[in-house]
Amino acid sequence: AATLQTHPGPYSGNLTPTPHEDVTHYNNFYEFGMGKADPATQSQAFHPLPWTLEITGLVRRPVRLDVEQLLRSPAIEERIYRMRCVEAWSMVIPWDGIPLATLLKDADPDPRATHVAFESIVRPSEMPGQNEALSGIQWPYVEGLRLDEAMNPLTLLALGIYGETLPNQNGAPLRLVVPWKYGFKGIKSIQRISLLDHEPPTTWNRLAPDEYGFYANVNPQVDHPRWSQATERVIGAHSLFGATRQPTLMFNGYGEQVADLYRGMDLRKNF
Amino acid sequence: MPGVLKRHWRLVLYPVGMIPAVWLVWQGQHGALGADPVNVFERSLGLWAFRFLLACLALAPLRRFTGLNLLRYRRLTGLLAFFYASLHLLAYVGLDHGFDWSVLWSDMTHRYFIILGMSALVLLIPLALTSNALSMRLLKRRWKFLHRLIYPAAILAGIHFFLSFKTLNSVSAPYLAALALILLSRFLPRSRIGNGT
Repeated sequence: AATLQTHPGPYSGNLTPTPHEDVTHYNNFYEFGMGKADPATQSQAFHPLPWTLEITGLVRRPVRLDVEQLLRSPAIEERIYRMRCVEAWSMVIPWDGIPLATLLKDADPDPRATHVAFESIVRPSEMPGQNEALSGIQWPYVEGLRLDEAMNPLTLLALGIYGETLPNQNGAPLRLVVPWKYGFKGIKSIQRISLLDHEPPTTWNRLAPDEYGFYANVNPQVDHPRWSQATERVIGAHSLFGATRQPTLMFNGYGEQVADLYRGMDLRKNF
Repeated sequence: MPGVLKRHWRLVLYPVGMIPAVWLVWQGQHGALGADPVNVFERSLGLWAFRFLLACLALAPLRRFTGLNLLRYRRLTGLLAFFYASLHLLAYVGLDHGFDWSVLWSDMTHRYFIILGMSALVLLIPLALTSNALSMRLLKRRWKFLHRLIYPAAILAGIHFFLSFKTLNSVSAPYLAALALILLSRFLPRSRIGNGT
């Protein structure tokens, strides 16, 4: 990983980051295998650069971004965010990235656009998990947000962690970070962003619609069918009897910034 | 070798079967279970329980199809399955949830994933309790009937195991295939099998 030019951004609060080793060796990235350690060991053959990010669909100015140039952008800032996985564990990650809104504004969304669809890459020769036929996952991995969620100042397009370019296992060369949603919304290795006038399909919702909704907002009151979401295991203890659980916060602690987006919605139905 | 040792040497296999549990605790205490040690510990114990359950179930078809008679290891493998399933439950209750009974109560009343796993363990309790020669003598024919409970227990455990992954995958598929084969082999008509030679 190369060093990134970055500066402290807002919303970082008073959080202590999870050790670098855990952030880079405890990952869900099924393109590189299903085990938590697989992405770190099986992503070595992946070539994140050169890379072109396309912003297309209902935009007035379609954009094709050279990610190598983007990596030199002075707009890159550090955001230390809580990361809550739907599997009931959590980390704190110091991301380096650009607010997604900045890039979307450059593409000038058409007034008809209501949603944003994200598409990851398909490269089975470099991503062994994409050859795992049993999983039933359709590649590419796809995710989506409502346009107002995508434009929220918290929503980040991350290019790095810990002041360095993203390791392959963390979603190189660029990935989405939506800190008030479960981690699987944070689609990795993004190739295409499309603005749409309808809600796009999302990978986990397609696989198990009763377990993973389109919104996937962190919510301690709405349980996963197989486990409670009220608390979370804190990653980083490394000792069997010293591990801790903590209460999960509504919207992962970002309610002040995002609760308005869901005013009047039934969050049990729109989970 | 004294006669007693000769007759009971198999007892040493019980502590041998517990080595994985000791190894897991040791790893857990020395940072070798990774960033989420409780989860790995809990899942590994569950997997060992399922392995021993499959081993126990495989002994009858093994004799039938290959003639290799290892049926005397049914008690060993069955009791080890029960041992690991109990530790698996204890890890979930104690280590994972810190004996938070309200969470456990809601898990046990709402979540079919947990209910399936716990039901499998409950079905194994009478089998473990009657796994001694005295019970066999007292229960006579009913003992055999009672011990068929291992089949529903294995089916429940298999569904619980399948559900513990987000999707089917190359880790879980071989175990599930083994369970399916063992269960199906019971339905093969005897006449077509011959005498195993």
